[in-house]
Amino acid sequence: MAQTSAHNSDFVWPHKDSSRAPFQVYTDPQLYALEQERIFRGPVWNFLGLTCEIPNPGDYKTTFVGDSPIILSRGADGAINALVNRCAHKGALVCYKPRGNVSEFTCVYHNWTYSLAGDLTGVAFKKGVGGKGGLDADFDQSEHGLERLRVEVYGQLVFGTFSNETPPFAQFIGEELCANIDRVFVKPLKVLGYHSQVLPNNWKLYAENNKDSYHASLLHVFHNTFGVVRPNMGGGVKISPNGWHHLSYTVRNSDANDAVGAEKVRSLKDSYKLNDVRMMEHALELGDLTTNAIQTVFPTLVVQQILNALAVRQILPKGHERTELIWTILGFEGDDAQMQELRMQVNNLVGPAGLISMEDGCVGGWVQRAAGADPRAMTIMPMGGSGIEASEGSRVTEAAVRGFWTGWRALMGV
Amino acid sequence: MSIEQTLNDQLALHLRVNDLYADYAHTLDDDRLEEWPGFFTENGIYRIVTRENRELGLPLSVIYCDGRGMMIDRITAMRTANVYEPHVYCHATSDVRVLDANNGEIRTRSNFTVLRTMTSGETSIFACGRTFETLIEEGSKLRLRERIVVLDSRRIDTLLVIPL
Repeated sequence: MAQTSAHNSDFVWPHKDSSRAPFQVYTDPQLYALEQERIFRGPVWNFLGLTCEIPNPGDYKTTFVGDSPIILSRGADGAINALVNRCAHKGALVCYKPRGNVSEFTCVYHNWTYSLAGDLTGVAFKKGVGGKGGLDADFDQSEHGLERLRVEVYGQLVFGTFSNETPPFAQFIGEELCANIDRVFVKPLKVLGYHSQVLPNNWKLYAENNKDSYHASLLHVFHNTFGVVRPNMGGGVKISPNGWHHLSYTVRNSDANDAVGAEKVRSLKDSYKLNDVRMMEHALELGDLTTNAIQTVFPTLVVQQILNALAVRQILPKGHERTELIWTILGFEGDDAQMQELRMQVNNLVGPAGLISMEDGCVGGWVQRAAGADPRAMTIMPMGGSGIEASEGSRVTEAAVRGFWTGWRALMGV
Repeated sequence: MSIEQTLNDQLALHLRVNDLYADYAHTLDDDRLEEWPGFFTENGIYRIVTRENRELGLPLSVIYCDGRGMMIDRITAMRTANVYEPHVYCHATSDVRVLDANNGEIRTRSNFTVLRTMTSGETSIFACGRTFETLIEEGSKLRLRERIVVLDSRRIDTLLVIPL
């Protein structure tokens, strides 16, 4: 990993392994700046969008990689391009709308135009007016296109990287974890809607939260409160060998097609009962008995299957103490009205108002507020040892969180 | 029917609808959330959606309750299961309009702003947008057959737990 850096950091990891992290990692603007260079512009695949969001030539959407504004476009030849959304001239945003369809990109500031692949195709008043002004004869337009990212499409997910060193995506996350993406996105996807949730905390607190299978049943007590716990649930945590990526999953034992009637679930407390259990129903559609699967792709993608609620979550850092979480809620092409209605019901569980997810919106902020006072104090991650081993049958482990820090440290060089 | 009579009827309906909006807002802002499902018919629909999804024709809701049972479950979950930092809302409802009233069904709309105040004292603009309702008369009360809250912003700060 190249350590040449525009930023000087004297940051030293203060512990022998990744089972401790100093609060400084959440509160230090210099580390945030270094992350932009070494992580987001480094050898990682950043999630950019779905192929179904830009199905036609000329379609584009805008997004971010770290702080860099990005345009994802489909060229006339059908190829997908990822471009930095910054005019080569004065640096203005070329696309200031979230999505659209165009034949070329035009920066409105001085009317410079670019192809869908980012090549500079036109400069206004290139030859000046009346023989005066304009570009010098030796100005080479081909050197002034929009900055391009390398793109890889894995299944229906589009990723981009600034680095030439990033290995192919399947190698980046490993076969075992690719298998879950293949398992969930088995049919052509369609977007059912977007949520955006602003989290008052550093992006890494949310990235860790997704890898923290230990907190799930403790913080999110909706299931237990209402006694909607299926008996005989198995599951575990899979972690890529380098620790960076993970999958936490739950499998039920029975394929009895369960409308989750109150009689089919074990009641832990009799005091609260759901009046309406439709949002807990699960139509088996993926060819297996997995009920929940939360998968992370380092650094900022979460692939979600919660019953029939399918989604990708994109973590966008917005400064060292603010994060925007973009939820793209998915269904399959060909879903009938009943299936769409079921997905809409189950989506009550997740999102900014999700009955089993809303807590994740605030806990990170509580860490952020408490962490600032003493950046050298440390968070400890002792559950399930100090390594990054996978765990079969139990999710009471912080191995995947330690895996996150293993990846962060490798890229940051600390 | 005389013009005066028609105007009187319209005025009376407008006052009733305005009272309903005010009662609804006061119930939420007073933290009498157990009374909230009672504003709806038994099979009433409540959705919070974003302007973005609505304009894109996408069906996703931030909250989707189909029937009073789901609304009651929301409130029970909020009171007993969900974890969040305590806060209160102040609704400011404006531009209430009766769009039409036919066959016992009244369609209305409004604009709204919700200020959120945390126990720390921090007040912020939490949400603004438009609401679209269908009302029907049940006994002597107007009840919501449907209320769709359309948020102007796609972004929700931190989390949304108290209904709008």
